Amino acid sequence: MLAVEVEDLSKSFGEIEAVRNIGFEIREGEIFGLIGPNGAGKTTTLRIIATLLKPDFGSVKVFGYDVQRDGEKIREIISYLPEDAGAYRNLTGREYLEFIARFFAKRGKFHEMVKRGVEIAKLGDRITDKISTYSKGMMRRLLVARTLMVNPKLAILDEPTSGLDVVNAIEVRNIIKDSTMAGTTILLSSHNMLEVEFLCDRIALMNNGRIVEAGKPEELKSKYNAKNIEEVFVEVVKCSEI
Amino acid sequence: MLGNIIKKELKELLTLSTLIFMISIAFMYAIIGQSIGKAVHETPQKVNIGIVNLDKGSFGELIEHVLKQSANVVYIGKSEEEGLRRLKEKNGVALIAIPEGFTQNILSGRQGELEIVWIMRGTGIADLISTGRVQGVLGMINQEIAKKLMERYGVKDPEAVLNPFTQKAFTILKEKRLSLSPAQIGEKMSSQTTLTSIVIMMLILGAGGSVISSMGLEKENKTLETLLTLPIKRSHIVVGKIVAASIVGFIMAVIYMVGFSFYLKGLVPSSPTSGVGTDIGLNLQMKDYTLFGISLFITLLAGISLSMILGLFAENYKSSQMLSFPIVGLATFSMLLTMFKDLDTLPTVLKIVAFLIPFTHPMIALRLLMFGKIQLVVWGIVYVSVFTGVIIFIITKIFNSDRLITGRKRRRATS
Repeated sequence: MLAVEVEDLSKSFGEIEAVRNIGFEIREGEIFGLIGPNGAGKTTTLRIIATLLKPDFGSVKVFGYDVQRDGEKIREIISYLPEDAGAYRNLTGREYLEFIARFFAKRGKFHEMVKRGVEIAKLGDRITDKISTYSKGMMRRLLVARTLMVNPKLAILDEPTSGLDVVNAIEVRNIIKDSTMAGTTILLSSHNMLEVEFLCDRIALMNNGRIVEAGKPEELKSKYNAKNIEEVFVEVVKCSEI
Repeated sequence: MLGNIIKKELKELLTLSTLIFMISIAFMYAIIGQSIGKAVHETPQKVNIGIVNLDKGSFGELIEHVLKQSANVVYIGKSEEEGLRRLKEKNGVALIAIPEGFTQNILSGRQGELEIVWIMRGTGIADLISTGRVQGVLGMINQEIAKKLMERYGVKDPEAVLNPFTQKAFTILKEKRLSLSPAQIGEKMSSQTTLTSIVIMMLILGAGGSVISSMGLEKENKTLETLLTLPIKRSHIVVGKIVAASIVGFIMAVIYMVGFSFYLKGLVPSSPTSGVGTDIGLNLQMKDYTLFGISLFITLLAGISLSMILGLFAENYKSSQMLSFPIVGLATFSMLLTMFKDLDTLPTVLKIVAFLIPFTHPMIALRLLMFGKIQLVVWGIVYVSVFTGVIIFIITKIFNSDRLITGRKRRRATS
């Protein structure tokens, strides 16, 4: 079954066309990356799939549910991590995980879910400290943990390692990779093309609101005779502007 | 799910520092009221005075007699200097000097003159109360001398001449005949209506401020996007925030009112408890209290909903505090209007404005119910309910739109 089906999707904010007639599909269990520079339309696309924004045109389906009609159903099976997300600063890390788990946990699974969150966050004793005392890296680990602990069918991660140092970024990437073993499909966005190359099974390159190329990283590299995805992106942008 | 939202909201809004701040403000109110009350209470009924009597006539003796009964006379003699020295030693308030020929002057048809040297130790409340008491005694002396003069001129009942008539007042107030003067009614009702208006204003500001802060915190902490993608109905998020804000507002109002009632008790010991209805025959029944409760509850929801709409425009906690000004303005306007004016006596335009502001309705409800104007209270409840319904509908629409995330209206692409 397809996890995500996007067809002819467009979204504008006033005069600005953030997303222009894009289309792509994500298969169940894969890690799919949307890559592109800032302002390419990645976050808008993710927000539409996460039911936060409504499309102007086109159709978006998540596991067969339409984002316009079945928002509540979709929110039961997805977990969304915004790029600059925060958490409730007066709660402790554990209280925050418990707050989120109460929305998702089926009967008797609550403690198991929180335990999994604590394990993913790897914050040790600091999990019982107030979130207001956390560093940026600790906060991001907590947020990644709350996103993945609920075993969503689709996890939508917007720039999951944004602002993290190298050590924390590697740790978060490993957590994301491991989560697919539990059956979670991952849709992530990043402007760090090396990160996407490391993580993703398939990618779509976005520029100026359009998808300019899509495919497996290895296939794209050989197609454009490039050493890495960064070089692919430069070539693709050049070709699309001619 | 709803309980989870309410619990989270309460944890975010009712922090230890917020509670300490609220209790401190209430404590300050209580301390101010109690201090004033203590100052009034501790001022002795009989103040210390001195008398310098240089008069040899009967009125000089009369003044001495009255002063001895009404005050503690710490000096009687002929020397002003000695009198002032004794007064300073004994914390006296005034030295009253009766000049030579005081009686003779009055008996020959001229005005007598008493010389009073006041000793003020400060400009505090207690100092002013003491001087006020001496002034009261001097007024009594004036009356006593007038009576003696009248007796001398053959008046049989000087009291009847000084007070030739008494008053037995009846007031017709909104078709009710009351055995009191308007001043007495005003005095009795003002403490009750003032307290009601203040309580309601505090409740609305407390709850409204909480919900605006809550929205501001969601934006500042960047938690709103996550909240909106959780598997819970958007309307439940709205209701959860409203219920939590009501609880916080109620707690705040109770804390502030405890402080405020101590403040009022300090100033006028009987005012908060003096029952208006029983004193002047305007009794409230159970159904009246029920209607008042409904009016208050609906208005609280209106205040919170209105605050939530404003909170949607908040970018962070700081800006959310600024956004509460329209609510503060409206609630204060209603409070002042209902404290100082009766709705019936207002010009039509102001009446309409007052009716359109939801906060006015519970503030005037008790007064209306006392005079049997149930219909107006019911119409008020209907109006505020419709008002609240419309506002909640708009909020839910906004929560289901792009506006909350983008801050803009959704526009269709032209392509």
